[in-house]
Amino acid sequence: MTGTVPVEATAKESLLNARDRCIDQLAGGRVGWVQRMREQGAVRFRERGFPQSTDEDWKYTSVRPIERRAFDCAVSASSALGSGELASFSISGLRSHRLVFVNGYLARDLSQLDGLASGVVVGSLADALDRDPDAVEPYLGRVTPSDMHGFTALNSAFLADGAYVRLGPAARVELPIELVFVATAGDREVAVQPRNLIVAGPDSRATIIERYVALDSSRYLTNALTEVVLERGATLEHCKLQEESSAAYHIAGLFARQAAASRFIAHSVSLGGALVRNDVVDVLDAEGAECTLNGLYLAGGRQHVDNHTQIEHAQPRATSREFYKGVLDDRARAVFHGRIIVRPDAQQSDAQQQNNNLLLSRDAEIDTKPQLEIYADDVKCAHGATVGQLDADAVFYLRSRGVGEREARSLLTYAFAHDVIGRIGEPALRQRLEAVLSDQLLTASAPRESGP
Amino acid sequence: MLSIKNLHASVDDTPILNGIDLEVRPGEVHAIMGPNGSGKSTLANVLAGRDSYTVTQGSVTYKGGDLLALSTEERAREGLFLAFQYPVEIPGVSNIYLLKAAVNAIRKHRGQAELDALDFLKLVKEKLALVQMKDEFLYRSVNEGFSGGEKKRNEILQMAMLEPSLAVLDETDSGLDIDALKVVAEGVNALRSPERSMILVTHYQRLLDYVVPDVVHVLGGGRIVRSGDRTLALELERRGYQWIAASAPAEQPSAAG
Repeated sequence: MTGTVPVEATAKESLLNARDRCIDQLAGGRVGWVQRMREQGAVRFRERGFPQSTDEDWKYTSVRPIERRAFDCAVSASSALGSGELASFSISGLRSHRLVFVNGYLARDLSQLDGLASGVVVGSLADALDRDPDAVEPYLGRVTPSDMHGFTALNSAFLADGAYVRLGPAARVELPIELVFVATAGDREVAVQPRNLIVAGPDSRATIIERYVALDSSRYLTNALTEVVLERGATLEHCKLQEESSAAYHIAGLFARQAAASRFIAHSVSLGGALVRNDVVDVLDAEGAECTLNGLYLAGGRQHVDNHTQIEHAQPRATSREFYKGVLDDRARAVFHGRIIVRPDAQQSDAQQQNNNLLLSRDAEIDTKPQLEIYADDVKCAHGATVGQLDADAVFYLRSRGVGEREARSLLTYAFAHDVIGRIGEPALRQRLEAVLSDQLLTASAPRESGP
Repeated sequence: MLSIKNLHASVDDTPILNGIDLEVRPGEVHAIMGPNGSGKSTLANVLAGRDSYTVTQGSVTYKGGDLLALSTEERAREGLFLAFQYPVEIPGVSNIYLLKAAVNAIRKHRGQAELDALDFLKLVKEKLALVQMKDEFLYRSVNEGFSGGEKKRNEILQMAMLEPSLAVLDETDSGLDIDALKVVAEGVNALRSPERSMILVTHYQRLLDYVVPDVVHVLGGGRIVRSGDRTLALELERRGYQWIAASAPAEQPSAAG
């Protein structure tokens, strides 16, 4: 189908046409509110289309490359993926409850859900919509800001499958819940649009690992949306690892709302993709809520990586910590926009934001913008952004000890990036990322066995 | 070991060294003293090869070769060590990693095999005792959050591990209380040997009570204005740098040990 679209076709038309073709096959089709949510998404997407550079939030990120292409929709799990191929993505040493999605749809045979504690549901959203839509309705779509942008509307227009995680009151999940999204587009350029919903009940606790990987270097669009609800006292560590194909477009939203005394720790590591946009929006909606947003983006070649975060202190005495770092090489371009909103009622809010960037080449570019909107008077807010090269004194120090210049630079770059990775709680994931960083940043002559 | 002839050097086009002559033979310990701005630290940094320091005239011969033709890391691998006045903090790189990378870079340069993990650990623990540092130091990021005394001890630890032929200690005594100074001095003394030369750059003669130099030089205006034995340092202490400034420019210094 991609081959037969007229030259004037755009992503918008092709996606709306594809939707008309596949809408009857989507899960939850008989449920009225699901139909309405999809319809609203389609209407809004038709109206708004893709974000334009005139939109302040998209000033530095042009989605023209996406707009100009025609995409087909992926409708069901392709059987192209065998367990051998899956093994190539496995994180060594990681024991997890695992859901595998191929092009956005659950691949049941590749998933592994043994030994889940009672009070814990881990499954596909499609199943939940077909079997128990009433349990989903109070949460789905309620956390995503309604005025977000065309991509979120587009995701809702295709709403069908993704991960559904529900932790009952005081449920503890010891092993991480791993959500693997595999793209295997082949010769079709498809739009993969998983919709994930995570509801952490009161005092529950879990770690979620959300991974995006590709089977080949094909071009496709991932437009993922994850909604997270943390009820009173819940603790959730969310690790997103983006390793899409080098030709892929990756647009992702992580939207969270936190109740009293809940803790949300979200790590975002962005490695792959040609054009990447991550939106993280977290509303600290009750007293004593805490969030930590950590991020690392490594980009080279002509990669473009945009991280937009928004933390809203809506109620008093909530705490937010944000720590994003970027390493840019070649002609890579990155954007960091960190918005912190403190509402008038949110007295004694405590917010800290830090964004540090390392530019390894003259042609790399970063636009970093902190944006604090503070409407309360008794608050502690701090932010800082740096853009720079490696510390010349540190390079000299290492060289004066006999370490070669190239090795000294790669060692310091590794250390810079590791600062984010080191904060990830799950040891197997941390080690995997340390190995990735080593491969990308450390030269072969550096001693490796113990890590810097 | 080291022969400096008529060395002129500038920092940002400002001349700092204006004709240094210095001979250091194997096993000798030379102290270089002088008031602030006399060029002491510049000399140390020029020897180590820091980029922002430009040699405009003169020569430095080290072990019979042209030191100035070597990169910073080549100098280190040839056995030149600079203990920094202000050791650099390197978050995310552990002490033990740096020590291992440095030791192995130097061994490789000498055509020796890399030390295996056990031998390395044995060696580093031996040297830790020398500067009275605990094992946990090894696993902390290089100098990050270290006290002034810890940083200087760490420099001596690195020196002990790298076993240089020529060690240049740039104001290693500055900012140390008397206990830390003793630890550092004992470490330095333990490393004295007939094959190893040292240059101690210092503002005060206090360090020289513990590490007794063979020769003392006084720097003024980017030149050596007076040389003598250790009594020169004591006299300086008594009479102050004013005394040197007031006296006539020095005759060519002799490096008699």
